[in-house]
Amino acid sequence: MVETSVLQRKIDDRVPGPGGGPYGPSAPPERGGVLELAGLRRDFGAFAALKGIDLTIARGEFVALLGPSGCGKTTALNCIAGLMPLTSGRLMLGDRRIDQLPPEQRGFGMVFQSYALFPHMTVRKNVGFGLAMQKVPKVEADRRIDEALSLVRLDAQAHKLPGQMSGGQQQRVAIARAIVIRPPVVLMDEPLSNLDAKLRLEMRSEIRRIHNTIGSTTIYVTHDQDEALSMADRIVVMQEGTIRQTGTPEDVYERPLHADVAEFMGFRTRMRGRVRTVQGSLVSVETADEREGGATIEAVARESVSVGDAVTIMIRPEDFVATAAGTGLGGTVRTIEYRGRAFFGLAALSDGTEVFFRSEQRLVPGQTASFAAAPSQVLVFAETAS
Amino acid sequence: MSGTSATPRAGEVREAPSLRRHLAARGLDGMTLLVLPALLALLALFVYPFIYGLAVSFAPKVGPFYANYRKFFSDPFLRTTIWHTLALALPTTLLSILVALPIAFRVRLMRRQRMLTTILLLPMTLGTVLVAQGLLTYLGPNGWFNRILLTLHAVRSPLDLTNNYWGVFASLLLTGFPFTFLLTLSYVSGIDPALEEAAATLGGRAWDRFARIFLPLLAPGLAVTFCLSFVQAFSVFPSAVLLGAPAGSTHVIAIAAYQAAFEQYNYSLGSAIAMIMGAVQLIIVVAVLASRQLFYRGPVAGTKG
Repeated sequence: MVETSVLQRKIDDRVPGPGGGPYGPSAPPERGGVLELAGLRRDFGAFAALKGIDLTIARGEFVALLGPSGCGKTTALNCIAGLMPLTSGRLMLGDRRIDQLPPEQRGFGMVFQSYALFPHMTVRKNVGFGLAMQKVPKVEADRRIDEALSLVRLDAQAHKLPGQMSGGQQQRVAIARAIVIRPPVVLMDEPLSNLDAKLRLEMRSEIRRIHNTIGSTTIYVTHDQDEALSMADRIVVMQEGTIRQTGTPEDVYERPLHADVAEFMGFRTRMRGRVRTVQGSLVSVETADEREGGATIEAVARESVSVGDAVTIMIRPEDFVATAAGTGLGGTVRTIEYRGRAFFGLAALSDGTEVFFRSEQRLVPGQTASFAAAPSQVLVFAETAS
Repeated sequence: MSGTSATPRAGEVREAPSLRRHLAARGLDGMTLLVLPALLALLALFVYPFIYGLAVSFAPKVGPFYANYRKFFSDPFLRTTIWHTLALALPTTLLSILVALPIAFRVRLMRRQRMLTTILLLPMTLGTVLVAQGLLTYLGPNGWFNRILLTLHAVRSPLDLTNNYWGVFASLLLTGFPFTFLLTLSYVSGIDPALEEAAATLGGRAWDRFARIFLPLLAPGLAVTFCLSFVQAFSVFPSAVLLGAPAGSTHVIAIAAYQAAFEQYNYSLGSAIAMIMGAVQLIIVVAVLASRQLFYRGPVAGTKG
């Protein structure tokens, strides 16, 4: 090109010129960097969907935004993509401030929950759309489309229209389309929620493999803790528009910092009680109403509590074992179901608290049983002053 | 088939349910009778009059059976009505769609569409005659339109906008637009907004998103919109008489048919002109609808659902 417009030169800065160099989709994205979210806030009228999100995401990291529906995780993703303006806050990629840029100038790849494939274009055209927008020369574009399609294992489907493909295949096209532009950041909005259980498991490892291959930063929104645990380097648990906890999957799963996070991570039984004794880290908590005799449960406290404190105790069903005749808290079995290897069920303690338990034997609804847990598996949270 | 072997007793008892089931399998059951009133109305009000008119048009007062058609195409005053009508109907329909598209794109994002839709629908409810009467004054030499232009020094002398082509043009646009707009809006809002978002994240600027995503998906719908609006505009009559020059540039085909049938009392010629009118419409509509084959016509959502 002899005469190059200013715009054309700008575009050429971002993408390799003709010839393309040795990059494939597996090459690291050109404009990467640390993604920094500072005080992201988004209001819908009087409702605050995001109440100030602060988060720093390293280049190449796989971060899962995890939370129940309505927690603001999809809003956060849309704000990062630029599809929704921020009410306030700052968004930095490396040393570039990007929160004022329209989505087409951010260059982030996004995988939508509904896939949002262009129904009138073949798979090849869909995947090539981003490259056409960047005016990537045809020879290089063709090569990159081929590479992206083989990365998602769809080489043979390139000529099909999206409507002729299964949900899982459409999902792969959506991923290929997002990564072929070598985005510094790939955003995924519950990408597996429309797939059946078996495909979901398959795609989990596929997405992780693709992430490892392309080296982009990935932000993955999900409400499924199994997905987050199995895929992410780091999990960000969100609730009501705020971040409740950030940490590795092990951190979040084993050491939730709040009762709400614990509940979301599978600590289904929630009991209230009062600390009776403290011996080092081992605390003894009286759960039932004192007038009813008072049952106690032992726990290893991770935060400092003192005698007399009101606390919340949380236990996973698989750690709360019921026996027909044993020691522990007394209660009545309400429902029970077999889930392979063991029985799981719901029971009411003598004070009416509902607990979820595991049992080796088939207990019968209405039967009284004892419920016990190893102290190391019991979480104790000091109740905030109320 | 199973009924035949299952109950070998009374033949007529066996036959009835099997026939009913047979028909039901082809989608014919008691519910099918509900189409009867519509079918009768269609036969009585459309098919019969059409065939009758066709027959009348081939029974001229004098000359061979095709005399009316020969007269129409050999008489320049009659022949040119086709061009007069096309010259009004084609540009107004196209302009309607061109104006309706951007408005529909904006309105699809609005939460309270009803207010705007109501305002836009008003001209349709008023009827062509009232609009024509209003425009006659409004666009006239002493009307508000010319007065504003004069005040703004945009023109030196009042523009001649009534009793000619432009008066009818304005009237057709005004009365035809709401219909075009509503159809366009329904097609535009039928497209999954996530498609545009996806195109944006892939680097598509506003124009690319429109030209490469929306337009190809809208094209078949716009073709239908064009046909329906065009057919409406092609039968222009009251405004061509009231606002136009019915003996000159707006001597449209409907006026020719009216004059033949009710001024010259040549009902046969009137019918022939009506048939020609129908044929011209049919040619345009078929051509436009056939062009839809060039476009993608599947679902306009981004997923199988």
